[in-house]
Order: sequence, then structure tokens, then C-alpha cells
Amino acid sequence: MKVTIDGFPIEVEAGTTILNAARMIGGDIVPPAMCYYSKLEGTGGKCRTCLVQVSKGSEKDPRPMPKLVASCRTTVMDGMEVKNITSPEVIEARKGVVEMLLINHPLDCPVCDQAGECHLQDLGYEHGAAKTRYEFDRRTFEKIDIGDKIQLHMTRCILCYRCVFVADQITDHRIHGILNRGDHSEISTYIQKAVDNDFSGNVIDVCPVGALTDKTFRFKNRVWFTKPVEAHRDCETEKCGGKVTLWYKGEDVIRVTARKDEYGEAEEFICNTCRFDKKRTSDWVIEGPRKVSHKSVINSNHYDTLHPLPVVKTNPVLIEANKEQFERETRL
Amino acid sequence: MARKLLLEHINVPGINTFDVYRSKGGYAAVEKALKTLSPDDVVEEVKKSGLRGRGGAGFPTGMKWSFLAKPEGVERYLVCNADESEPGTFKDRYLMTYIPHLLIEGMIVASYALGAKTSYIYVRGEMMPQIRILEKAIAEAKNKGFLGKNILGTGYDLELYVQPGGGAYICGEETALLESLEGKRGNPRIKPPFPAIAGLYGCPTVVNNVESIAAVVPIINEGGDEYAKLGIGRSTGTKLISAGGNLRKPGVYEIDLGLPVEEFLYSDEYCGGIANGKRLKAVVAGGSSVPILPANLFLKTINNEPRLMSYESLADGGFVSGTMMGSGGFIAYDEDQCIVRNTWNFARFYHHESCGQCSPCREGTGWMEKVLHRLEYGHGKMSDMDLLVDVAKKIEGNTICPLGDAAAWPVASAIRHFRDEFEWHVTHPNEATTRNFGIAHYADPLPKLEEAAS
Repeated sequence: MKVTIDGFPIEVEAGTTILNAARMIGGDIVPPAMCYYSKLEGTGGKCRTCLVQVSKGSEKDPRPMPKLVASCRTTVMDGMEVKNITSPEVIEARKGVVEMLLINHPLDCPVCDQAGECHLQDLGYEHGAAKTRYEFDRRTFEKIDIGDKIQLHMTRCILCYRCVFVADQITDHRIHGILNRGDHSEISTYIQKAVDNDFSGNVIDVCPVGALTDKTFRFKNRVWFTKPVEAHRDCETEKCGGKVTLWYKGEDVIRVTARKDEYGEAEEFICNTCRFDKKRTSDWVIEGPRKVSHKSVINSNHYDTLHPLPVVKTNPVLIEANKEQFERETRL
Repeated sequence: MARKLLLEHINVPGINTFDVYRSKGGYAAVEKALKTLSPDDVVEEVKKSGLRGRGGAGFPTGMKWSFLAKPEGVERYLVCNADESEPGTFKDRYLMTYIPHLLIEGMIVASYALGAKTSYIYVRGEMMPQIRILEKAIAEAKNKGFLGKNILGTGYDLELYVQPGGGAYICGEETALLESLEGKRGNPRIKPPFPAIAGLYGCPTVVNNVESIAAVVPIINEGGDEYAKLGIGRSTGTKLISAGGNLRKPGVYEIDLGLPVEEFLYSDEYCGGIANGKRLKAVVAGGSSVPILPANLFLKTINNEPRLMSYESLADGGFVSGTMMGSGGFIAYDEDQCIVRNTWNFARFYHHESCGQCSPCREGTGWMEKVLHRLEYGHGKMSDMDLLVDVAKKIEGNTICPLGDAAAWPVASAIRHFRDEFEWHVTHPNEATTRNFGIAHYADPLPKLEEAAS
């Protein structure tokens, strides 16, 4: 099936979603996704950041779709034409969605462990306004304790339901879920049970924001001061591949996560033993440093140099970065 | 006096019992359909009748039925949506309370037409008395052989169940209703697939409003063509309107579609005019989610033609100067009502009822409510109106289910038509908390349309 996204044609199999087709093309035209997670069945459609415009339904029925559609849940038709960043409506709607996601977000990035690898941060940077129009108290929740390994910050949650799907599909039973409705919905456990399962730690990896963070890494360090290293071990837990990213601070492994691809999705889910208990270099077989996108803030912690960077005028890296930022801001 | 189809025998004492209902010609449609018609004939009759869904969207019922996938060896379901909770609408509750057998009869015929062996009536949780009434009626019908195995010796089996909901407005959305019926959290599903392909337990399912299903009974009794003669244009048949607000005679009325709005509002047969000799200020024509209109625009369309109670005429002018038939929840406001407060009240409702699944609706409804609350209590700003319109625009069309649209439309339309009242709330904050804006120019005759420059 042939589908054209922002002018880029691509052949894909029937049943592929627009989002996945866009990911095959890659680059700027990939719609952002906060709730869709390709490794989890049934995710997507909720956050509405991936809205795109279908300007031509298919070869057979060339009518455009009347509304913007969620690209993560809409499958492609032969001859479909999709507009993402070339459509002003899409940009406008996405800006609206980002604003909605942020109005009740605490914006406590300075103390949030997710800062630096947070999808909402990226999204706000790309699409959000610098100022909020929301002049009311932000929503808060009663704190609940969901165990000694995972920290829940409900105020940061954007209700993507990913962690619910992880518990359904990766762990053997789910004891947390969404309680209440509307803007009072919250991730919670039934009568404050602790989330405790061999694979429960994966909710941390799938969380797009800092709502679920690793208690063993809590307030230890900013991610951009750590060095990610790929490593593996023979894990005795069934279904755990043992392929991880270790995050070093000096000599110490201060965090273990699954390996994430460029869309922030874990390649393989790992067990809690690997994640929380194996924090010595001797536990692991090191494969080498992890490639981090040059756009990521994590990249600012260079392996080789700790000297301050030369000023913009003479530094080719910064000149390049400046150019890029200028392009991004003038693009629309 | 127009002929009644649904409420013909509503005043007969004991019509809620099987025997009285039967003696008034009840269950004739079941006999006729099961003994003389094939399922496809029934669908064909409904198609011919032009019956449009009475729950709000107005989608042709016959068409919906013919879309139902019919794979071999897979169960099909009919689900009756009795989760009526739209503010201003109470027609289904009325129907179920006083003439429950009409719904049961319609369910049998409709299930037969669709080939469903099990059907459900999903009743809103707050309607406990109606649930009991329906269960009693089902037991009666079963006793007389109209439900259960081998109905009337025709070999058709049907089990009918009543399922109480949890009392959530969102469960009136058909996919949320199915989720709730399956025992899950009532979150709307992402479409496609539509319920006609994969609905209840993944099987093809049709979800219909109570009134749509009840209307199948007169259609079968009299034939689709006969039914289509009532009404006007593509709005055929009769419709139950639950009239409320500042009316002299509020209540449920059955009208022929195409009745002039003015007649419905002021004639003694129907609402009998505005209560206490006051003047009409505004009307919500079809339940809280449709756009609100000022009196002058409601009685006349923008072209100065009288407006009729029909799907097309009410929608005349689109969102700029029209509204929608919706579910038939007719609310009239007299000159003493405050539109800002009313809009805030609606926004509060949608904020409370948003399921919280998708972000624009979850966050936006709360935001709109807070801004409207501020306006109503005299702390508003002039920029708030534009903010509200913008937020409404960001919600509308970007959500999974129509609740987002339903939350955005009343706010956007209230500001469109009653902006000076909103502004008065900002400029006169102290006055606004003690008295109302009044009728102002909202009932003035419409100005003549100027010729468009060619």
C-alpha cells in the first residue's frame, strides 16, 4: 500500500498505522506520541498529540477525512495522503493539546528525575507556548505509596494508560489502574496495595513523564550528568533478556533501564532484579557507550572533555546547534 | 390534534401491565413481524420509514441495521441505550415508566430483525424504579410466551436482560456503554472498528435509543411507507420532546416532526407558552449539548422563515445561527434567566462527566468550568470570552468521543449569541451577582439580511 505523508511516499503493509508509516520515513514528519507504545497492544488514541490531517482518504475514496485523526490508531489505505507538519490545522490542534496537557502539570522539572528524558518536555519545547493562559490552582492529589521501588507522582501524570497496559500485558497480574473520572482520574492501587511483581519496574520505562520514577535513583543525579552504557547479563528470570542501559556517575552504576529506541520505547522489557538489584559493574558485561541523539540534553555530558565549551562564534558544534534552533523556530 | 403513535394509550389506566397493553393492540407488531415477515423485511420496512436515531445524532436507524456485519457462527447483539442522562431530556424515562411494554415489544421486533438471540437494555443507574418496572414487564412477557424459547411457536428464541449502569453520562456513548456492559471501566472505544463490526464482546452489535426501538412498533404495525408520510422531508414520523424550563406546561409531548416551533411553544395543546406571563429569552432545543439560541433566532431562521421542529430546520444556519434536534430535551429560558450561569452549569456538568481518557476533554472541560465560574461570580476579565472560544475550539473535534464536542458547543454558542451578557458580567461585577441581565435585544425581530456584495 502506498501512503504519502507530508509529500514523502512510502510503501507499507496493509494494517500499518499512519504513525508507524511515518516512523518508517523518519525525520521531522513523525508525529509525537505520548500514549502510543508500539510494544504494548491497545495503547494509543488517548493523548491526541499525534493528530494528523488526512487530505485524501484513499485511491478508491479520495474524500478527505472530516476531522483530524489520531495517527497512532488509524490504519493506512492505499493512496492515502496525510498532512502532518505541513498542515496548519494540525499544528494548531497539537499546540492546543500540548497546552491542555500542561495546564495541570506541576512543571516541577527542576526537581523531577525525568527531566532531560521527558517526552512532555520535548513536546512543550517543540509545540508549547512560553506562557500559560491558565490562571487557576493546578490539580493535586493525595499522595499514595505504591511500594519501595517505584515512586508515583500523580500530579505529573498525563493519563496515557501505558503503565496499565504494561501491568496487563507484561506482568502476570495488575493491581493498579485508573480510579475516578475526568480530571480527577488518577493512577492508583486498589486499597493502597504495593505494586510488586517481577516486571513491575517497566512502568517506569514506559512512563512518558515523571509520574513513575525509580526510587533507587530518586534525587541521585540529573540524567545529563550520567553516562549511559550498554550492557547485558544472563538473567535467570524467565522472559527477561537482560539487555540494559547502565547509567554511570563516575565509577558507580546509579541506574539501570531498558534500552530505548529513538522514540523512547524500550526495545526489550527487563525484570526487576536487573533494574533494581544489579548495580555493580561486575554484574554486567559492558558492550560500549550508548549512542545518544545529538539533540538530547544527555549528550551535553561529554565523555572526553570536561572543559567548558568555547564560545559560539568559534565552536562548530554550537554554531550547528544554533542554526538548527533557528531553523526550527522559523520553520512555521 | 396530531395523531400519537407512541403515546396513544399512555393515559389508559394500567397500561404498564401486560394484559391492558395487549388489549389495546399491544404485541401485534411482534405477531406480525415474527409470523409474516422475514428479518430482512423488517429491516426494509424500517429503512422505508426513514426513522432517524432518536438519541441525538439522528443517524437513520434502518441504515444502521443494514450495516450490521453478519458473519456465520458469531452472535449478534442488540443493545438498547436507556442511559438517558442529557440535562433536559427525560423522554425515555417517561416511556419506560408508563408504557414499558412498548419498549419490550420494540426490542423483540428489532432483535428479530437483526437476528440477535440475546439483547440488553442498559438503563442508567439512577433509574432504579424504571429498572424494576422493566424487569416486571419482561417477566410478564416471558410468562405469556413473547420472550424466551420458541416465541409464539415461530422457533425464534430471545432472552432480554436489563443491565443497570453506574450512573455515568459517558456510558450513553455507545462504545462506552458496551465497555460498561462488559463490566469494564466506561471509557469510549477508539473507532474504527465500529460496533456494527465489533461491539459487545467483540461481536457485531447495534446500539439504539429507547425511542428509536419503540418507534419500530408503529412502523411494523402500519408499514414503513405509512410512517414516512408523517413528518417533513427527511425528518419522518413523530418525536418525543421533553419540554422543560420556564414553560406553562412542561412535560413530554409527542409531536409530528415539522411542527412549527412557535406552535409547539405557545399553543395550548403543547407547552402553552412561557410561565408567569414572561417573555422567552433563549432556548436549548435538543438537550444541553446542542447550541443555545436566543429567542429571535430560535423562532425564525436567519432568512426570516419560521423554524420547524425537524432535524433539518433546527439545524438551518449551521453553528452560526442554527442548533440541533439532539435528543429532544427542549429547555426554555424566560427573561429572568442568566445565560452565563446556565452556561457555567452546563460546563460544570461536562467537567464532572468527562471520562478523563483523552487530554483535550479531560483538561479543557475543567478549564472552561473554572473560567465560567469566575465570570458568573464577577471576577471575570474581558479576555475570558476569547479564551473560552479558543479552548472550546481546541476541544471540539479533537476528542475520541462526541462528549468533547458536546462540552464545547454550548459554551461556544452561548458566547456567540450572548456575548453582551458575558461582557456585562465583567463590566458590572457587583450588579451581576444581584440581578440578571434581562431579555435585552434577544427577542427583537431579526434585522433584514443584507444582500451580499456581488
